[in-house]
This record gives sequence, structure tokens and C-alpha cells, in this order.
Amino acid sequence: MDTDGTQVRMADYLRDHHDKVVGRWSELVVAGLRGRTSLEEVRHELGYLYSLIVRMLSAADDHAAGELRAALDEMSRSRARDGFTPAETALGVFSLKQAVYEFVADAAEMVPEFLSFSRSIDDLGLRTFEAYSAAREQIISDQSAAMLELSTPVVRLWEDIVAVPLVGTLDSARTQLVMERLLDALVTTGADQAVIDITGVPTVDTEVAQHLLKTVSAVRLLGAECTISGIRPQVAQTIVSLGIEFGDIATKATLADALALALQRAGLKVVPA
Amino acid sequence: MEQVPIVKIGRTLFVSIQVDLQDESVLRLQEDLADRLAATGASGVIIDITAVEIVDSFIGRMLTMIGSISRLFDARTVIVGMRPAVAITLTELGLSMKGVRTALNAEKGLEILNGRS
Repeated sequence: MDTDGTQVRMADYLRDHHDKVVGRWSELVVAGLRGRTSLEEVRHELGYLYSLIVRMLSAADDHAAGELRAALDEMSRSRARDGFTPAETALGVFSLKQAVYEFVADAAEMVPEFLSFSRSIDDLGLRTFEAYSAAREQIISDQSAAMLELSTPVVRLWEDIVAVPLVGTLDSARTQLVMERLLDALVTTGADQAVIDITGVPTVDTEVAQHLLKTVSAVRLLGAECTISGIRPQVAQTIVSLGIEFGDIATKATLADALALALQRAGLKVVPA
Repeated sequence: MEQVPIVKIGRTLFVSIQVDLQDESVLRLQEDLADRLAATGASGVIIDITAVEIVDSFIGRMLTMIGSISRLFDARTVIVGMRPAVAITLTELGLSMKGVRTALNAEKGLEILNGRS
């Protein structure tokens, strides 16, 4: 809201002193980024922002504010990608105030204009900070999804025997993924035996055990038998002391033992050549 | 309400469920199966649920009950072709379908009934 025309007057001032202010602003930004960018690049980028800021302040059209927000978000993202901290990006925006101040310092009549201009620039600088956070959140969630995908392969151990080597913690999200992957593999391969190897699962508590039992239940509903392997000695002690019962599910120390059991169930025997 | 067809091949009754079952259809199936078991003296029942996408706890219990009814006629039941999504749902619902065997498909189900598995 610019009821007293301060913003419009500021916009006029900025327009009149375009080259000098953009020049000074670029110098300040380059100094703040400690030589990691070139003056030319920065001038080009800031020149564009400057014209958007002027348009917004002069309320010349409705699109200026939206374009400015989009341009700031894009700058925030690309600075983040290039490894600059959000503070460096925000300070870059804030240094426009410094640049303008150096020119209006002697003009007392510009004080109200400068104050309201300063507030607008504060908002813009904070916006870059928010954009940075949002971008990081997105990266983190993308990486989590990728990690989830990577960590549950289903491999074929032998004809009609599949195995799932689990690595990492087994929470309900992973369990869901493991169940889906394993069951789909059973349908595709027609396997009637599955081995779930938990050597890579760091802790087995009651929750993890429940997830395992659920998975075995689901596998059995598809007519396949399930063996759990990779029971480490400490894990065995924890399971017993927690009172977890695996019932009639076969559990083995190593994948090799589980394979031997599965072959036996399939009526196969390994003999020397 | 659809009537699910029951086909007799040898000593086995085949039931192939092609549509998502309504509750009354399942009850009807139970009755029909009991009638056929009594009439034919079949020793095995295969229920193929490959085409079934949704199974709730009611249907899960009904399938287990069908297993119990068959046992009263000295017949064994094998439920075949369960979809992964259905298996996950039943597990989440805590229904382990005790008392019925399950197999991946009708062929494997038949092997179980004929004692070859």
C-alpha cells in the first residue's frame, strides 16, 4: 500500500539513478560473495531484479510483484545449487539498501521514501531465505525416496527361491515397500520360497519383529514359505529377552544356512561334483 | 447378487471368483459349496481369487469359514491366486487365514491337494 506516494517517488529516484545504483549494488554483492562470482554475471542478474523492483514500487502493473517473487525464488535456488549459504543470498538482497543509502544519504527529503523502501527490501531478502529452505526440504525428501527405492532389492537365489537382503532400519514405510516388492516378485517368478535376510538391520526390537512377522504372514498368503536369516548373536539375545516369538517361522544365522534349508524343502541336495 | 459357478473336475471342486464379491454372494457361495460337497463327495476345493482386487475382513472370515465347512466334509481347501495388495490388506487386518492352505495358482493348488507338494 502506497497511500502517500513514497514508493512511487522511490521508484522514480531508482529509475533515474539506475546505472550508478546497480553498479554499486553489484560491487557490494561481489564483495559479499568473496570473489566466487564475476562482476559481469552479478550486474546482469541484479539489473534484471532492479528493474522488477522499480516496476513493483511504481505499481505500474500487476505482474511485477509476481515476476519479482519468481525471479527471487530462481536466484535463491541457483545460489543454493552453487553452494552459497542462504545468508549470503539474503545479504546480497539487503545490500541494495546500502547502495541506495550511499546516494540518498545527503537528501533529507528522501528519508520517508527510504524507510518504506527499506522495509520492502527486507521482505524480499527474507523471501530468499524461505525459498532456500523450501528447496532444501525438497532435496531431502527426494533423497529419502531414492534411498528407500535403493535399499530393497529382491534377488533370485535359486529356482523358485527369492531373497530380500534388508539393509538399514525397518520401519513401517520400508516394511510396506518390502512387502509389495517381495509379493510382486513371488507372483512374477512363481517362487514358493522366500528368504528375508536381516544381517543389515541394526536393531531388532518388538516393532521391527512385528513388521517381519507381518511380511511373513503376507508371503504365506501367497502360498510361499518364508525363512528369516541373518540373526546375529546379540540380536538373538535381544529377541529372547523381549519375549518375541517367531512361532513356526524358521530362523537361521546366515543366508547360506537359509539357502540350504530352502533347497532341502524344495527336495534338492548339493553334492560334490 | 451373482451366483459363483462351481466346477467339478475329478475329485476337486473349482471355484473361480471373477468379480468383487458382495457379502451376500459369499454367503450364497458357502451354501452352494456345502451342497456340492455333500452331493459329490469331493475331497478338495480350490478357490481362485486371482481376479479379486478387494477383500475386506468379512470376506476374509467367510473364506476361512468355507475352509472349516469343507473340513466337515473331509475335504481340503486351497485358496489360490491371491493378489499382493490383497495379501497385504489381510495381513494388516490381522487375518492370517489359519486353517486354509494358500498357493500361488490353481496348478500349484492342485499339486497340494494331490499330495505331491
